[in-house]
Amino acid sequence: MDLHQLWTIISLPDNVPIVLLMFVVPFYTWYALRQAFANDRLIGELEANPALAKTHHRKTQPWKPGWAKEVHVWPFLLRIEFLAAIIVTLILMIWSITLNAPLEEPSNPTLTMNPSKAPWYFLGLQEMLVYFDPWIAGVVMPSLIIVGLMVIPYIDSNPLGNGYYTFKQRKSAILTFIFGFIVLWVTMIVIGTLIRGPGWMWFWPGTTWDHNRLEFAVNRDLPDIFGIKGRVAKIIFGAVVCGLYGAVAGWFIHKLIAGRSLMIGKWKLIKEQPFNQRIFKRMSLLQYAVMQTFLIIMLALPIKILARLLFRIKYVWVTPWFNV
Amino acid sequence: MAEGNGTNGSGGDGAGGAGDNGAKKSPVATLVEGAKAVQTQATEEIKALKNIDKTDVWKSVLRVKHDETPRSRALGVLSNVFLHLHPAKINRDAVAYNYTWGMGGMTFYVYITLVFTGTLLMFYYHPSKVVAFRDILYLEHDVPFGKLLRNMHRWGAHLMVIMVELHMFRVFLTGSYKKPREFNWVVGVILLVLTLLLSFTGYLLPDDQLGFWAVTVGTNMARATPLLGHDGPFGHQLGMTPFNDVRFGLLGGSIVDSNALLRAYIWHCVAIPIIASAFMVVHFWRVRKDGGISGPAPVQLETEMKEPRKL
Repeated sequence: MDLHQLWTIISLPDNVPIVLLMFVVPFYTWYALRQAFANDRLIGELEANPALAKTHHRKTQPWKPGWAKEVHVWPFLLRIEFLAAIIVTLILMIWSITLNAPLEEPSNPTLTMNPSKAPWYFLGLQEMLVYFDPWIAGVVMPSLIIVGLMVIPYIDSNPLGNGYYTFKQRKSAILTFIFGFIVLWVTMIVIGTLIRGPGWMWFWPGTTWDHNRLEFAVNRDLPDIFGIKGRVAKIIFGAVVCGLYGAVAGWFIHKLIAGRSLMIGKWKLIKEQPFNQRIFKRMSLLQYAVMQTFLIIMLALPIKILARLLFRIKYVWVTPWFNV
Repeated sequence: MAEGNGTNGSGGDGAGGAGDNGAKKSPVATLVEGAKAVQTQATEEIKALKNIDKTDVWKSVLRVKHDETPRSRALGVLSNVFLHLHPAKINRDAVAYNYTWGMGGMTFYVYITLVFTGTLLMFYYHPSKVVAFRDILYLEHDVPFGKLLRNMHRWGAHLMVIMVELHMFRVFLTGSYKKPREFNWVVGVILLVLTLLLSFTGYLLPDDQLGFWAVTVGTNMARATPLLGHDGPFGHQLGMTPFNDVRFGLLGGSIVDSNALLRAYIWHCVAIPIIASAFMVVHFWRVRKDGGISGPAPVQLETEMKEPRKL
C-alpha cells in the first residue's frame, strides 16, 4: 500500500474538484431521493384516499388555511440570494488562499507529459479513448451526448413529476439519468483521474505509479477470435454482430419502455409495469425511434468497456475505413 | 435642493431690506443679521436631510418609495434594473433551499466572479508565446494579490462546472424540463457545452506543460472527426490533410503554437463569453416567461393523468 502515492494523487490541486465531486454528487443524490420518497408516500396516501386528495394542498411542506401561497421576493428571496453570494465568495476565497492553482514547467513540445491528461471534466471522454477510436470517443460520442440531452424533454411522454421530486412516477427516467450521469459520466471521470497512471495504465488506488511498468495485454479483434480472415468477411461479420446487438438490445429496451414482462425460460427477467404501458401508449413513433436509438447506443458503451476489460476485445467491426 | 429654493429667496429679500435702511443700522449688525438668517436656513436644511428619502436626489435615483407596503416591496424589485428578472412574488415553498439547491443562481454568480477576476487578469497577460508563461510568473510573484486572483479564477471555473452539472441534475430530478419548459432545457444544454468550452480554452493560456498537453490531447481528437479530419473516417478520401482540416481551423496551424494560443485567448476572453451571455439572457428570460420557477408544485396523481390529444 503506497499511501504517499495515493496522497500525491488526491492532493493534486487540480484533482480537488473530483474529490469534491465524490462527496457532493452522492450527497445531492441522497438529498433529492429523500424528498422524492417523501412525496411518493404522500402520493400513495392521496391515491388511497380520493376524498383527502380533493382537499389536500398536495405538498410535503407545511401549509395552513390562511397562509398566503406566495411571498414577496423582497425580502424573502433576495436576502437568501445575498447570503448565497456571500457564502460562495467566502468558499472561493478560502479555497483560493489555501490552495494554489497548478503551474507546471513552460510548455515544451519535445517533452511529453506522462500521463498526459485532459482537464477533469473531459476525462470521461479521454477514458473512452481506451475503448473506442478517437473519432467515436472524441467526436461522435460528445455530439451524441449533447444531442441526447437536448432531446430528453421531447421524448419523455410522461406528464407526471413536473415540478416536484418523485421516484415512483418517473422510475425509468430517473434510473436512466442516474445511470448516464453517475455510473457513466462521474465514474469515468473518477477512473480517469484517480486510477489511470503513466501510459494510461490501470493503477488501483494505493499502488505505486511505476513508470517502467509494462503491460502484456494482447487485445484481439472479435473476427480474429472467431478465426475470420478475409477483409470482406470481416466487414460482413462485424455488421452482423453489431446488427445482432442492436436487435437484442432494442428488444430488451422495448420490453422496458413498453412495460411488458420478459421471460427467459422460467425466469422473469423484467416485471410487467402497467404504468410504463400507459406512458408507452402516449408515445409517437418518432419519439419511440429516437429514444430507442439513444438507449441502444448508451447501453453499447458499458458493454464495449466490459468486453475490453474482461475479454480483451479490441474491435468488433473491422473495416478499411473505420473500426468500431 | 429644490425645497431650499423658497426660503433662500425670502432670505435674499431680507438682506435687500437691510441694505435700504443702511443709515439706521451699522453694517456689522446687518451682516450679523444676514449670517443668522443663513444659519437658521442651513440648520433647517440639514434637519431636512435627516429624512434623506424625501430629498429630490434620493427620489431621482430610486424612483419609488421604499416603505413597508406590499406595493413598494413589489416596485422595489420590478423597477430595479438588476432585480427585475425576479417576479414580485414567488411560491412560498420555493424559497427553501431543498428544492432548487440554489445551483442555477450560484452558477450565475460564479460566472460574474469569473468575468470580474478574468478582466483583472487580462491587465497582466499577453497572449503571446514569448511572454505568456512569464506573465503568469509575474502574476504569481510580483502583482499585488496576483496569486489570489489567478487562484480564484481557476477554482471558480472548476466550481462553475460542478455547479452547472448539479443544476442540471436537479432540473432533471424535479422534472422541470417538462411542458412548458422544454426549450429552456435545450438552451441549458447549450450553456453546459459553452461552460466546458470556456474552461477548456482557458486551460491553454498559462502556456505550461499541463495546458499544452491537455490541449494537444483534446485537439488531436478533432483530427479524427469523420469527414472533416485528416485521420477520421472518409477524411482522407475527401482530401483532408493536416493543413486544411477542422483541427487546423481550431489551432490556426498544424501544431499547438502561438496561433493556437491567440485563438484560445480570443475564444476564451471575447467570443465565448459573449455567446454564453446571450444564451444566459435567453435562459433567464425563458424561466420567467415559462411561468417562473417550476416548483415545488402540488403532486399530480396517476389517476388524474389525462389522455393525450391526438394529432
